[in-house]
Amino acid sequence: MKFERYGAGIAKGMVVTLKHLFRHPVTTQYPEERLTVSRRTRGNELIWDRERCTGCATCAKSCPQGAIRIVTSRGEENDYIVEEFRVDSGYCIFCGLCVESCPYEALFMGYGYERARYRRRELVLNKEELLTSEKKQPSGYARPKVEAALPPQTLLLDRDGVKK
Amino acid sequence: MSLFDPGLNLSAYYPGTLPPEWPGGYWIHWGVFVVIILAFVLLMAMGFIWLERREVGRFQARLGPNRVGPFGVLQPVADAIKVLTKEDIIPAKGDKLVYWLAPVVAFVPVLMVFAVVPFQDGALLADLNIGILYVVAISSVSVVGVFMAGWSSNNKYSLLGAMRAVSQLVSYEIPLGLSILGVVVLAGSLSLNSIVEAQHIPFILLQPLGFLIYMAAAAAEINRTPFDLLEADSEIVAGFHTEYSGMKFALFYLVEYCEVLAVSVIVTTLFLAGWKGPLLPPLLWFLIKVFGVFTVIVWVRATVPRLRVDQVMAFAWKCLLPLALINLLITGIQVLVWPEVLPWAVVFLNLAIMVVLILLWSKFFKLGGGRVEV
Repeated sequence: MKFERYGAGIAKGMVVTLKHLFRHPVTTQYPEERLTVSRRTRGNELIWDRERCTGCATCAKSCPQGAIRIVTSRGEENDYIVEEFRVDSGYCIFCGLCVESCPYEALFMGYGYERARYRRRELVLNKEELLTSEKKQPSGYARPKVEAALPPQTLLLDRDGVKK
Repeated sequence: MSLFDPGLNLSAYYPGTLPPEWPGGYWIHWGVFVVIILAFVLLMAMGFIWLERREVGRFQARLGPNRVGPFGVLQPVADAIKVLTKEDIIPAKGDKLVYWLAPVVAFVPVLMVFAVVPFQDGALLADLNIGILYVVAISSVSVVGVFMAGWSSNNKYSLLGAMRAVSQLVSYEIPLGLSILGVVVLAGSLSLNSIVEAQHIPFILLQPLGFLIYMAAAAAEINRTPFDLLEADSEIVAGFHTEYSGMKFALFYLVEYCEVLAVSVIVTTLFLAGWKGPLLPPLLWFLIKVFGVFTVIVWVRATVPRLRVDQVMAFAWKCLLPLALINLLITGIQVLVWPEVLPWAVVFLNLAIMVVLILLWSKFFKLGGGRVEV
């Protein structure tokens, strides 16, 4: 005698939903709570290394959107001095071709994802805004040497600012 | 002497319509309670909208509305402001007069149900001696508004939804009335106040089967899941109120929650001993029970998926109707022959009868002569 047909099935379902009632919600209330993203996540920030960049402009040529503008001048040792390095991240499609094409490993994809701005002009990033900072760290995308030093992959389980 | 004479005490003319200790005349009582009921219904409906969204959220392991005000309690207010400022669109080929009237026709009867509901001992607008009959009669009028809405929208989905609503209401009115009759037989009165007073043991214990039948039939009457066929989003968009927007839609939304409130209130009164309870004041007991019943309704909504049309109809006619008839018969026999000294034995007997009957009817319940999967 299968009791699922005799109301036991509904009772089982009711118990399942009742258990959910006393569970902690699985949703992240975004501005207050944030998921702890793995350091290995390929985010959509672009990071530029001032020391390594030679001003060869390969990145600007590889960019399908033409979002990178690089202006150089001639230095004393017959090298390039990067005067302007500007990325209009409003045009950027985050394809990562600039990072892959950079012959001197001077460009990185970061692991952050919070790039929303209130003004369009704030989307245009200049040299200082493209440097690494405490919140802006390179991910291992197309950079095996960086990747080797990163901590192992973590799951999207922990949240910051969760009131338990 | 005119009826509008403020010193006139009509309770002498209509005995039983007024609590004896009520100060002032009939019209003061009338005015005060109309205001109380309006405030109660509107506030509770707003509260229910918030509570339902929060509770369904928690049942689905999310938070629900939590942005407007503390715990999102002002969300219904924000929604109301949003929906009231929306454009009011009338379908070009619709029946305009009926379209205008439909929300009002749907809303007024639901509001009228609360006239006979006792919030405390004797605290009600009119202690009608046919109270529960009045409730059954008046609450089925609002489906006329629903059908008017479906008809006048000039939209096949709206009409389908409205026709489903009518067929569902006609079918489920019968087991609903029969399950109420069991309570009436036990209490020996149709007045809601007397029914509450008669519940030394809450009737949910004496009438467990009647309670289940009432909850199922009432869920179908007010079109809650699992019987929300008339506004099945995935099949017929939103049923009868597909074409409605702005204030008229808000009124239909309010009707939906006022109906849930009415059912919670009537279940509380009929089966859960209304305002009766130890320690706490009666009004508080009443509200606690109403919220409890509503939480159960939301719980069912969060669990059970929608039924098919043929399943809904077969459930009413093949399952609820015979069960309600048998329940009425058993209750009648018990009232006639059971000795007064053994009220608690009846509780266990009725529970056993309920289990046996439900098992039996589940075994017999078939669709399409057994050829259709249930």
